[in-house]
Amino acid sequence: MSPHPASENSGIWKLIFGRLDWSSLPLHEPIVVGTFLMVALGGAVVLGLVTKYRLWGTLWHDWFTTVDHKRIGIMYMILGLIMFLRGFADAIMMRLQQAMAFNGSEGYLNAHHYDQIFTAHGVIMIFFVAMPMITGIMNYIVPLQIGARDVSFPFLNNFSFWMTTAGAVIVMMSLFVGEFARTGWLAYPPLSGIAYSPGVGVDYYIWGLQIAGIGTLLSGVNLVATIVKMRAPGMTMMKLPIFTWTSLCANVLIVAAFPVLTAVLALLSLDRYVGTAFFTNDMGGNPMMYVNLIWIWGHPEVYILILPLFGVFSEVTSTFSSKRLFGYSSMVYATIVIALLSYLVWLHHFFTMGSGASVNSFFGITTMVISIPTGAKLFNWLFTMYRGRIRYELPMMWTVAFMLTFTVGGMTGVLLAVPPADFVLHNSLFLIAHFHNVIIGGVLFGLFAAINYWWPKAFGFRLETTWGKRSFWLWVVGFWVAFMPLYVLGLMGVTRRMRVFDDPSLQIWFQIAALGAVMIAAGIACMFIQFAVSIKNRAALRDTTGDPWDGRTLEWATSSPPPDYNFAFTPVIHDGDAWADMKKRGYQRPLIGYAAIHMPSNTGTGVIIAGLSVAFSVGMIWYMWWLAGLSFLAILAVAIGHTFNYKRDFTIPKDVVERIEGERSTLLAAKG
Amino acid sequence: MSAHDHDTHAGTHGTMGSYMIGFGLSLLLTAIPFWLVMDKTFANPQVTAFIIMGFAVVQIVVHMIYFLHMNTRSEGGWSMMALIFTLVLVVITLSGSMWVMYHLNANMMPHMEHDMSQMP
Amino acid sequence: MATRSQIDPAFLDNDGKPLFHLGEEPHHPEGSSTALGFWIYLMSDCLIFACLFATYAVLGGNYAAGPGPRDLFDLNLVALNTAMLLFSSITYGFAMLAMEKNRVGATQGWLAITGLFGLAFLSIELYEFAHLIHEGATPQRSGFLSAFFALVGTHGLHVSFGIIWLVTLMVQVGKKGLIAANQRRLMCLSMFWHFLDVIWIGVFTFVYLMGMLR
Repeated sequence: MSPHPASENSGIWKLIFGRLDWSSLPLHEPIVVGTFLMVALGGAVVLGLVTKYRLWGTLWHDWFTTVDHKRIGIMYMILGLIMFLRGFADAIMMRLQQAMAFNGSEGYLNAHHYDQIFTAHGVIMIFFVAMPMITGIMNYIVPLQIGARDVSFPFLNNFSFWMTTAGAVIVMMSLFVGEFARTGWLAYPPLSGIAYSPGVGVDYYIWGLQIAGIGTLLSGVNLVATIVKMRAPGMTMMKLPIFTWTSLCANVLIVAAFPVLTAVLALLSLDRYVGTAFFTNDMGGNPMMYVNLIWIWGHPEVYILILPLFGVFSEVTSTFSSKRLFGYSSMVYATIVIALLSYLVWLHHFFTMGSGASVNSFFGITTMVISIPTGAKLFNWLFTMYRGRIRYELPMMWTVAFMLTFTVGGMTGVLLAVPPADFVLHNSLFLIAHFHNVIIGGVLFGLFAAINYWWPKAFGFRLETTWGKRSFWLWVVGFWVAFMPLYVLGLMGVTRRMRVFDDPSLQIWFQIAALGAVMIAAGIACMFIQFAVSIKNRAALRDTTGDPWDGRTLEWATSSPPPDYNFAFTPVIHDGDAWADMKKRGYQRPLIGYAAIHMPSNTGTGVIIAGLSVAFSVGMIWYMWWLAGLSFLAILAVAIGHTFNYKRDFTIPKDVVERIEGERSTLLAAKG
Repeated sequence: MSAHDHDTHAGTHGTMGSYMIGFGLSLLLTAIPFWLVMDKTFANPQVTAFIIMGFAVVQIVVHMIYFLHMNTRSEGGWSMMALIFTLVLVVITLSGSMWVMYHLNANMMPHMEHDMSQMP
Repeated sequence: MATRSQIDPAFLDNDGKPLFHLGEEPHHPEGSSTALGFWIYLMSDCLIFACLFATYAVLGGNYAAGPGPRDLFDLNLVALNTAMLLFSSITYGFAMLAMEKNRVGATQGWLAITGLFGLAFLSIELYEFAHLIHEGATPQRSGFLSAFFALVGTHGLHVSFGIIWLVTLMVQVGKKGLIAANQRRLMCLSMFWHFLDVIWIGVFTFVYLMGMLR
C-alpha cells in the first residue's frame, strides 16, 4: 500500500508543479501533522521574537553574512544541535515502536512512516549532526590554535556553512512535503532505484546529501589549506597542537572521500532520472558496484568523524592532567596511519556479499590492524594521566567515559572484523550496538567534552557544572542501558530495521533499551538546561583571563571570546604546547605598538547561492524542470557575479585595536 | 616556514622552451599509441594494451612536469605530497574495485560463465 | 623532548631571549593559499574521475547483447579530438607566458584561441554522442554505454565549465588588466585546463584505444 498515489497532475499543472499535488502533503499522518503544527508554532514564535527585538539586522550583518571563522563555527554548532533534536526524536520513536510491537501489536508507526524514520535517523545523525558539529569545532579552534587571523578562504567558509544548512533544509522539508527515503541511510539499489522507490523520498535523500556534500568538501579544502599555509612563525609540523593534527588528517580524508560519495550519488541519480543502467539488475548494471563505491566513501567517513575527537580527548587529557601529552609524535603517526588504513578496509561492511575467502581475509586483517594505532592512542592518554594532577572537570569526565565506552565499542568492532563472525552478526542489532558504541561513546562524548572545554573560550563564561554532571550521568548510564540489550539481541539473531516482532521473550530487552533512550532524553534535557542556566548566571561564571583551565595551546593566549582578529600580534611559537611554554618563560602581553589589521569583509553571496540550491533541488525532486533550470542559471550568474567583486577586505583601524586590547588590559589588571 | 614563503609563484612557471618540449613529447606520446592500435602493429592485443598503458603513464608524467609545473619544491612540497597521496588513493579505488567486483561477479553469478557482455 | 623545545635563532632577541612576537607582523599576502587550495580541490576532482574510471572498468564489458566499443568508436575522430585538446593546452601555455610578460593583448589573444580549441573539442564530442545515440547506442542501452557516457560526459562537462570560466576571465582581464588577482585566477584556470588534459589521456587510452583492442 502506498499512501502516495502517483501524481494526478496533468497539462499545465504538471508543467508548473511537476509531481507535487495536494496528496503529497502527509495530512493522513497525525504524528507528522502534529509535529508540523509544533514546528510551525515554534518557528512563528522565534520569528516574532526576532522581529520584536529588531534582530534581523544583527542576524544578517553579524551572523548570516559573516566570514569570521568563530561565528561560522558557532553557527555550525547551532545547526548540529537543532538537527540533533530531530535525529533523537526519530531514535526515541523507533525505541518506543520496538518496545511496543509485540504479541500481535503493530505498534504506533505504520511501515511507511517507520522506514522513513530509521533512514532519516541515520542520515541526519551522520550528515547533519556529527559532521556540522565537528566542522564547527574545527572551524572555531584550528585558526586559534595555529595563531592565524582567519581561515585561508573566509568567503568559502561562509558558503560551505550555508550549503550544509541547505542540505539540512532539504532533508527537513521532506518531513512535511512528500516523504523521505525508505531505504536505510545508504540507499542501496535496486531498492533505491526508480522501479522500487518511485516516490520523492530517495530524491530528497540524494539532493540533500549532494548539496551538503559540496559544503563539506569545500570546508575540507579550506581547512587543509589553512593548516598548511597559515601557521604562526615557528610552528613546524611537529609543534602543531594535536587537535590541529587530527583535524588536518580528518580534512584530508574529507577531501579524499567525499568526491566518491558525490560520484556514486550522481550515478544513482542518472539511473533514477534518465534510466541509465549503472546499478540496475538488468541491462548490464550491477547493484553491488554501488555498495562497493559508497563504502569507499563510507569507511573513511567514520574516521573523519572520530579523528578530530581523538584530538579533543588528547587536548583535554593533557590540560586536565597538567602535563604534556604523553607520546606526542606516536600520537601524530598513529593518526596518520589510521587515516591511511581507513582507505583499505571498506569491504568489511559487506563481507557477506560474497567476494570470497581471499578478499574477505585481506579486508578482515586490514581492519584488525587499525586497532593497533587506536590502541596506542589509548595508552598514550592513560600514560598522560599517570602521575598527573588530574582535575575532574566536565571535559575530563567525558574523556574518561569515552575511554571506557569506546574501548568496549572498539573490541566489538574487532569481533565484527572477523569474517566468519561477521557472517553471523551482519545486519543484526549487534552491529547497531557496536557502531552506536563507538559513535556515541567516541564522537558524541567527544563533542560534549569539546563543548564543555571550549565554551568559555567562545562565550567568555564557563558552563555550570551541576546540570552538566546530571547530563553526564544520565547520558553515560543511559547509553549503557540503551545499547547493551542490543548486543544481547544481536547475538540472539535479531536483525536491524524490524518494525514488529513475533517472539515475546525478546520484548523485555527492547523495553530496557527504551528505558535507556528515555534516560538519554533526560540527559539531553539536562544539557539544554545547563546551557540556559549558564547563560542566565553568566556574570558569576565569567572568565576574564581567557585561560580558565590553565590551558596549554595558543587559543588560551587570547581573550575570551577572542576579538575579531584573534591575536593583536601574531605569536611566535617555540614549543608544541605553545601557551604553556609562554607562561613558563614569563611571557608579558605587549601593551603598546598595535597596528591596523587587515580583515576579510562579509558577503551575502553564500546565503544566496545556498538558497538557490534549495530551489534547484526542489525543482529536481518534484520534476519542476523550469524551477531547476532557472535556479541553476541563477546560481551560475550569482557565482560569476561574485567574482567581479575585487574589494573583499577592510582594515580594522589602529585605534579600534588599541581600544579592544585596552579593555582586555583593564580586565586582566582588575583580576590582579 | 609558512609565514615566510612570499614567493608562492616563483619557480612554478614554465618557459617557452619547456612548454615546447612538453608539447612535442605529448604529441609523440599520443601519436604512437594511436598508431599502434589503428595499424595493429602487434598481433597480440595484450601486448599493445600494456604498451599503450605505459605510454599513458609517461605522458601523464610529461604533462605534470611541463604543463602543471609539478616539482618537489613548490608550496614547500605540499602539492607533490597531495599528488602522491591522491595517486595512491586512485590506485586503491581502481584496483580495489576491480578486484572486489571481479570476485563478487565470479562468486555470485556462477551460471553466467562470467560473460556479462551478452546478458540483457 | 629536547628537539621540540629548541628555539630557532631567528626567533631570539639581541640578548638571546626568546621572542614571542616579531617586530614586523608576518603577513599572509592575499591569495597566498589559492594555488595550494585549488590544487587540493583538483585532487578531489581527480577522485571523482577515479570512481568513474572504476565504474567503467567494472561495467565496461557489460554490453547487454548490445553494441561494444569496436562497433561504435571511430578512432580518427578521437585522434582529431585529442589533437584539439593538446593544441588548446599549448595555447594556454602561450597565454600564461604572455601574461608573465604583462602583455594584455597577447594574453587575451591566446586565451581566445584556447577557448576556440576547447569549443572545437566539445563540438566533436557532441557530434560523436549524437552519432552514437542516433545509432541506438544510448546511455540507457547497456551498463557499458552508461559508464562510457558518464565518464566521457563528465570530462566534457568540465571542459564546458572551463570555457565559461575562460570567457569570464577574459572579460575580467579586459576590465581590470593583468592585476595580481587576475593573474592568480588565470593560473588556477591553467591548472584546471591542464588537469583536464591529464584526465583525457586516461580517457583515450583506457576507453577508446583499449576498447578497440577488446
